[in-house]
Amino acid sequence: MRAGGIGKHGIKFKAKHAVVALGLGALGMFGGTVQANPQPGQLNLTPGVTTYSHVPYMLNNVALGVCVVIGILVFGAMFIAMFRFRKSRGAVAEKWSHNTTVEIIWTIIPILILITLAWLATDGLRQFSDTTGAQMTVKVTGYQWKWRYDYVDYQGKALDHVGFMSKLDDQSNQVRQLNSGLDPWSVKADGEQTYLLNVDHPLVVPIHTKIRFVITADDVIHSWFVPALGWKMDAIPGVVNAAWTNINTPGIYRGQCAELCGQDHGFMPIVVKAVSQEDFAKWLAEQQKPAAAPAPASTAAAPAQATAQVAPAHVTQG
Amino acid sequence: MAQAATHDHHDEHHDEHHEHQNFFQRWVMSTNHKDIGTLYLIFSLLMFFIGGSFAMVIRAELFQPGMQLVQPYFFNEMTTMHALVMIFGAVMPAFVGLGNWMIPMMVGAPDMALPRMNNLSFWILPFAFALMLSTLFLPGGGPAGGWTMYPPLSLQSASLAYVVFAVHLMGISSIMGAINIIATILNMRAPGMDLLKMPVFVWSWLITAFLLIAVMPVLAGAVTMLLTDKYFNTHFFDAAGGGDPILFQHVFWFFGHPEVYIMILPAFGIISEIIPTFSRKPIFGYKAMVFAIASIAFLSFIVWAHHMFAVGLPLGAEIFFMYATMLIAVPTGVKVFNWVATMWGGSMTFETPMLFAIAFVILFTIGGFSGLMLALVPADFQYHDTYFVVAHFHYVLVTGAIFAIMAATYYWIPKWTGHMYSEFWGKVHFWNSVVWVNVLFFPQHFLGLAGMPRRIPDYNVAFANFNMISSIGGFLFGASQLIFLGVIIHCVWFSKKKATDRVWEGARGLEWTLSSPPPHHSFSVAPVIHDEELAHGHVED
Repeated sequence: MRAGGIGKHGIKFKAKHAVVALGLGALGMFGGTVQANPQPGQLNLTPGVTTYSHVPYMLNNVALGVCVVIGILVFGAMFIAMFRFRKSRGAVAEKWSHNTTVEIIWTIIPILILITLAWLATDGLRQFSDTTGAQMTVKVTGYQWKWRYDYVDYQGKALDHVGFMSKLDDQSNQVRQLNSGLDPWSVKADGEQTYLLNVDHPLVVPIHTKIRFVITADDVIHSWFVPALGWKMDAIPGVVNAAWTNINTPGIYRGQCAELCGQDHGFMPIVVKAVSQEDFAKWLAEQQKPAAAPAPASTAAAPAQATAQVAPAHVTQG
Repeated sequence: MAQAATHDHHDEHHDEHHEHQNFFQRWVMSTNHKDIGTLYLIFSLLMFFIGGSFAMVIRAELFQPGMQLVQPYFFNEMTTMHALVMIFGAVMPAFVGLGNWMIPMMVGAPDMALPRMNNLSFWILPFAFALMLSTLFLPGGGPAGGWTMYPPLSLQSASLAYVVFAVHLMGISSIMGAINIIATILNMRAPGMDLLKMPVFVWSWLITAFLLIAVMPVLAGAVTMLLTDKYFNTHFFDAAGGGDPILFQHVFWFFGHPEVYIMILPAFGIISEIIPTFSRKPIFGYKAMVFAIASIAFLSFIVWAHHMFAVGLPLGAEIFFMYATMLIAVPTGVKVFNWVATMWGGSMTFETPMLFAIAFVILFTIGGFSGLMLALVPADFQYHDTYFVVAHFHYVLVTGAIFAIMAATYYWIPKWTGHMYSEFWGKVHFWNSVVWVNVLFFPQHFLGLAGMPRRIPDYNVAFANFNMISSIGGFLFGASQLIFLGVIIHCVWFSKKKATDRVWEGARGLEWTLSSPPPHHSFSVAPVIHDEELAHGHVED
């Protein structure tokens, strides 16, 4: 699978742009890693793949469990009441309409449950808000309707001119046109159903690295949301928000803009490709070659699109 | 008894007078709380179907992946208009209509305190909505930035001025309606109708009216700032000019959060009338119910930022708004427990209004559960702006507010018309509604948890199965509402079955001492209050 990945990318891009081919070829090596698409029939949050993502996942499960138990008790009491106290069974209405003891009990118990939940949530929130000690900074900028990623620094060294635009992959873009007649199920990358969840240039990041994101927008408000990372953060013009992640597992993690941002709001995916630190270093070196940056981002897009148009099923970007 | 005779005589006199009115005088120039209440309810029903047809467009486009029916921009117009029409056109006017009809009858007043203003506050609405809906047919299209109108996106809209003007008109109408309700409740009560003898529905409306007066001007301010930003070169929300887009969100949600309680507190009141009636037992913990509504109303003012957890608030703010939001679960829980306790030990029957009321309690509670989950900030970072939120607020607004409105309609329509509705078709309507609304909204929880953002016209194929189920539920829920329309039309014009004065065996309260239909002016002579005739006459503790 690895070799195939290299081969495909290599063949596809060799004639077009050698430098990009090398860069993307390196990416192709990780085709066999974890993929975190949403699953058909998925019923719960994704546990995620970062040091933090278990927090929302567990909090969700605990809160859901609490709600289910309360629901069973309350609705159970209602159904018992509806069965036992029906007029058709000869029930005669009682006169009471007050009971201080029960009222105190059913006020105190929910408060105790809420305090427990609040304690769990506060602890999680404290973890999330601590963006200190990051080994890498990526600036994310939202545009109508694409994302820009700028690599600001890595391992304490400032990076210059490493950045690119990232927008909906061309195959999804063709299929999503009104009455295109094309089949959304045919949009695949490495066996994954990637319709509307694939981009031309994914954000490449290293695993086991605390990455600080600084997030802003250029035109309207967007929201940067990758479920597998466990959070979303609004991208707001004139405001720079900070968030962080530390990914444990190599893989391709997909998300979408989560704030209504105009007509193509639904067509603004986010793809994060987490690779080992060694591979990231190689990728970064390719990006930093003078000829390579920042031009390849734009020039590479055109040939890639051309290939995709010829053989849509063959697109294996990402 | 002598009093009652005089009373009847007066009613006849007024009803005769009112028969001399032609159609135009009766319906357009009306100052009568019942006629205006009817107008509000008809308007609201019309808007419910218009807003619902927008929802059908949304669910049809989302039936399967790929764009089949509409352009993305039109899809955004549909989501925006669906929300604006449902909130300001369907739910709020329906509650005002119910308040108009019932409050004077419940407190023993002849009419609303300010009848001419009542007429004006209604007639503004058709113009406001004509203005707003007309944008769909204008070059540039309707608003497509969501009902929240967040700038800078909403400033890109060509129809902003129309929408802002329409929102101003709706706000003026709501404020006038609220003033009228407060004035009626505080000044027009029959002697002996102490505040703590008022039905919970009247209490819920009194508190709601204060919320309306407090927050509608805030919305007016926010949209006016949008207007000046677009047309007069101000920069309230433009970062390049020193403004801040988040400012709008704070101002908007300072209105918007109380607004969502404006859409549910009267529903609490309605349910608190219906459950005791069909349980044949006074409401459990009357004072606690009133106090819970007041606490929820107060808390609604200090939780607005929970709609904005993902904008990057400071840690302290996130924690404050999380705790305050979670606190709302306590009075809300008290209300649910009290409704259950009212049923406990009762002698229940299950006519259509009671069925809707029971469905309300269960499904609104499910909406409350997802609300509690949304309050937990780290989890909210996952749920926010996904279909989990869509599922949450539709559970509280459709199976909450709208089910309560339907329950109220079935509960009081025999009183309004003097005819019984068809119980069979009412139940058909109920069971269809309750089944399909869950098929419609329950799968949306799963879509949200899997990460499907809201307000997108198309989606990855992994979301296909639940979207299709949801759409099927949507179409059938929509179709079920035609049964509702049929039941109402039958009841008003064709039903042969006369309603008694006290329509329901267990009904208590002044409105049931009047004839069905009630006289044109409810109480020309103030009624004598007998505690046992009131829903909550014996409040001692």
